[in-house]
Amino acid sequence: MSFRQARWSEPTVFELSRPGAIGVDFPEMDEELQKELEKALNEIPRELKRQELSLPELSELEVVRHFTRLSQMNYSVSTGMYPLGSCTMKYNPVMNEELAYSEKILNAHPLQPIETIQGCLEIYWRLEQILKEVTGMSRFSFQPAAGAHGEFLGCLIIRAYHEDRGIHSKNVMIIPDSAHGTNPASAAMAGYEVKVVKSNRDGCVDIDELEKIVDEKVAGIMLTNPNTLGVFEKNIDRIVDIIHGVDGLLYYDGANLNALLGKVRPGDMGFDIVHLNLHKTFSTPHGGGGPGSGPIGVVEKLVDYLPSPLINYDESKGIFYLDYDRPKAVRKIKMFYGNFSVLVKAYAYLLRMGGEGLRRVAETSVLASNYLLHKIKKLRGVTLPFAPESPRKHEFVVSLSRLYKETGVSAKDVAKRLLDYGFHAPTVYFPSIVEEAFMIEPTESESKRELDNFYESLSKVINESYNEPEKVKSAPHNTAVGRIDEVRASHPRTMTPSWRIYVKRSGKL
Amino acid sequence: MKHPFIGLTDEEISSMLSEMGLRDINELFKDIPQELFIRGELKFSKPLTESEVSQIIKNILSKNIVLGEVKLFMGGGVWPHFIPSVVKEILKRSELLTSYTPYQPEVSQGILQALFEYQSLMAELLDVEVVNSSMYDWATALGESFRMAKRVTRRNRILYPHYISYERLEVARSYTEPSHITLQEYSQSRIDGSVDLEDLEKKMDKDVAAVYIEYPSYLGFIPSNIREVGEVAHEYGALFIIGVDPTALGIFESPGRLGADIVVGEGQPLGLPMNFGGPLLGIMGCRMDSQLLHQLPGRLIGLTETLRRERAYTMILQAREQHIKREKATSNICTNQALCAVAVAVYLSLLGKNGIVELGKQILARTWYLISRISKIKNIQIPFSKAVHFKEFTYRVEDKKAEYILAELHKKKILAGINIGRFYNDLPETILACVTEIHSRSDLDVYVESLKEVVEK
Repeated sequence: MSFRQARWSEPTVFELSRPGAIGVDFPEMDEELQKELEKALNEIPRELKRQELSLPELSELEVVRHFTRLSQMNYSVSTGMYPLGSCTMKYNPVMNEELAYSEKILNAHPLQPIETIQGCLEIYWRLEQILKEVTGMSRFSFQPAAGAHGEFLGCLIIRAYHEDRGIHSKNVMIIPDSAHGTNPASAAMAGYEVKVVKSNRDGCVDIDELEKIVDEKVAGIMLTNPNTLGVFEKNIDRIVDIIHGVDGLLYYDGANLNALLGKVRPGDMGFDIVHLNLHKTFSTPHGGGGPGSGPIGVVEKLVDYLPSPLINYDESKGIFYLDYDRPKAVRKIKMFYGNFSVLVKAYAYLLRMGGEGLRRVAETSVLASNYLLHKIKKLRGVTLPFAPESPRKHEFVVSLSRLYKETGVSAKDVAKRLLDYGFHAPTVYFPSIVEEAFMIEPTESESKRELDNFYESLSKVINESYNEPEKVKSAPHNTAVGRIDEVRASHPRTMTPSWRIYVKRSGKL
Repeated sequence: MKHPFIGLTDEEISSMLSEMGLRDINELFKDIPQELFIRGELKFSKPLTESEVSQIIKNILSKNIVLGEVKLFMGGGVWPHFIPSVVKEILKRSELLTSYTPYQPEVSQGILQALFEYQSLMAELLDVEVVNSSMYDWATALGESFRMAKRVTRRNRILYPHYISYERLEVARSYTEPSHITLQEYSQSRIDGSVDLEDLEKKMDKDVAAVYIEYPSYLGFIPSNIREVGEVAHEYGALFIIGVDPTALGIFESPGRLGADIVVGEGQPLGLPMNFGGPLLGIMGCRMDSQLLHQLPGRLIGLTETLRRERAYTMILQAREQHIKREKATSNICTNQALCAVAVAVYLSLLGKNGIVELGKQILARTWYLISRISKIKNIQIPFSKAVHFKEFTYRVEDKKAEYILAELHKKKILAGINIGRFYNDLPETILACVTEIHSRSDLDVYVESLKEVVEK
């Protein structure tokens, strides 16, 4: 297989600017509007009038061409396999985009009278019913725009719960050393002190250590299950007992839920709060970094603390409505009610899959992952740290530290070289408890042929690492640009976060 | 089970299992305690086909009545604007749509350059040097800006204007309360919305981290002494934070030139649909000052070079972010609103410097037209009538409830505004109306005539 990404050497829109060009048109204003405009412009104090404005000028075609060329220099799920661990880069169904482009969504204002937005509210309500069943939670809030946003809200809810019970001394959040970086960052933002619990030899939370560090000051624990190594925390019942034993709450980071859909529910494991990444598990596209959606589900005793409004159905009147009459609710964390158009896509996906389909997602994503692991762990220079005999779930983490010692080729180098073979790289250097970590999540979307192709390519890269390491270390060669100078990119003297700074730096226009 | 979204066929599954020495997929789940498994299948639905799902969702959505079927004059944080087809077309490019955060920049130059251009175009519009590649919305950007101000100044109090958006303030409090930042209000004039500088000065001291103002305000007026507000803030060593609706900035002076240290705002009006309130786009930028820059939350894309010295783009200053710094990060934000930022980059590229000025004029003319016609209706009061308004303004009808007015106009197929009376003690029964370039002269005349009928009824 040969791969050549488009290389356009595309200038910036600023360099493409031609004085006088424009890419839009506006209605002509009649005399009355002109008169009002003149009045208005006369009334604006001089010191509040815009003095200078240097946006580029392009024709419509130039804009279309520019951004089309840029898109051709972007790898995506539509382009090829994207086994980026922890990101669940599954197929994003095309039909969902079409549905989300309905005028009934695009043109709906969030503050319209309730009787004119029944369609939107019904989607909220129906989606919530499904998510409740999938997770075992009692109610959901859809305000969070992303997983980390949900984590932040979850922490605020934990605080509200304890304070409502008159407990103000709980200021510690327990987080495993293998957790996503957002977990400790969210806990800290919500005012908690983070205590890290180590993983044991099986890659699971070390129960003895957990017992040692848990005391009355512990507000809760934030966990993924399966964890970021792809290993199921089989002692989850012990963890639940320990945390609940000090009246702490268990927070489930849903980033890895794909592995358990339709088989095991966070609620049944004993979790009190769950966030879901609709842009991972439920197929909504990630858009190069968002918009996503990270709804929060809670068990019954925490429902009162979810932020307002909740979307309820009034059976007697037969209408859906926004419920703000909830005195214990924590404050809002986002304008309006969350990323609605993302929710529509997730709802469509869930209906397409049904209960049976979701279970199949879990099974085939786990099979794909273990199949790759079975083959990859035999490759020279590759080792599988933590519980080598235990099956992984939807993802797995191997270490390339032996390869690095033997050849000088790092996990980063291997990742870059894989790009040359037409694959997106796995997640590298995460979790940090694995040296030269290489984290692979194939998802349920890929065929056996694609999995085999990925394996073959990785195998070639490993061979190259032993035989012609320079080729790997200087990769990638077939991509839109060669390897980036990351040091220069963030160095104070060369860092260029905008075109304005670039112009200033280079002294030219 | 055959399903179009599942990659493996039954034959492939069998062959993979036998290669692994397994008989059944469930052997891969044997490490999970038996009692945790769901008995049976989730019941919410059986798998449905594309055409079935499409029909179900269209049926549900048909219950909405939206702009196009009614005339809509509502803003208040999300506004109706015209979106050129080109913006929609580029957003549908699945190469951008179905990519992840650009962790491998060499294959992600498309999204990286587009985001760099968003940052750069927005930096020009705001007149600051640095803009991050997005927060969730104006409200969360505001909350983050308050936290940032505390980290930069090591002070604990932030001052905000009386006529702030209630909802934005509420969200900001969610962000500030855990870090023990005190928020305190300063007064504004009922006549023209200008800031009561005396009151502001009284509240200033060495513990004030920042002074915040909205421009235009939530109620549509331009605070005429905004520059002086910034001067007062700086006099006390506090930061000056301006929150903007960027559609005003073709006409009105830039936040940068008004002295802003940090700028936040809402990018939705620049090319994004209302979408029932989300996704939106949180704008957040600052002056190029090393202290500010290193405390700025969110993704930043930089222009740089490859090792072979070609021009290229990549994420920069990641050491501020959660995946490196964990609990010491500037923010927990990871997934943001990247594709919305791309929409704005496309929109601003189409408009260019003349388009953004023309957009401002179109909105300004209509705002003034509507205000002047409405103010002639008897029994109507226009608060802040001495101020310059842009895009939004408030009015109240003497002796009539706002809810009544809105309901009567709704009967005439006009969604005439938002009842904001409950948020401000001093503005009872008041309606916030919004007018943009999408409204024709006749739309405006219909509004005026209909309102007149309701008022005189």
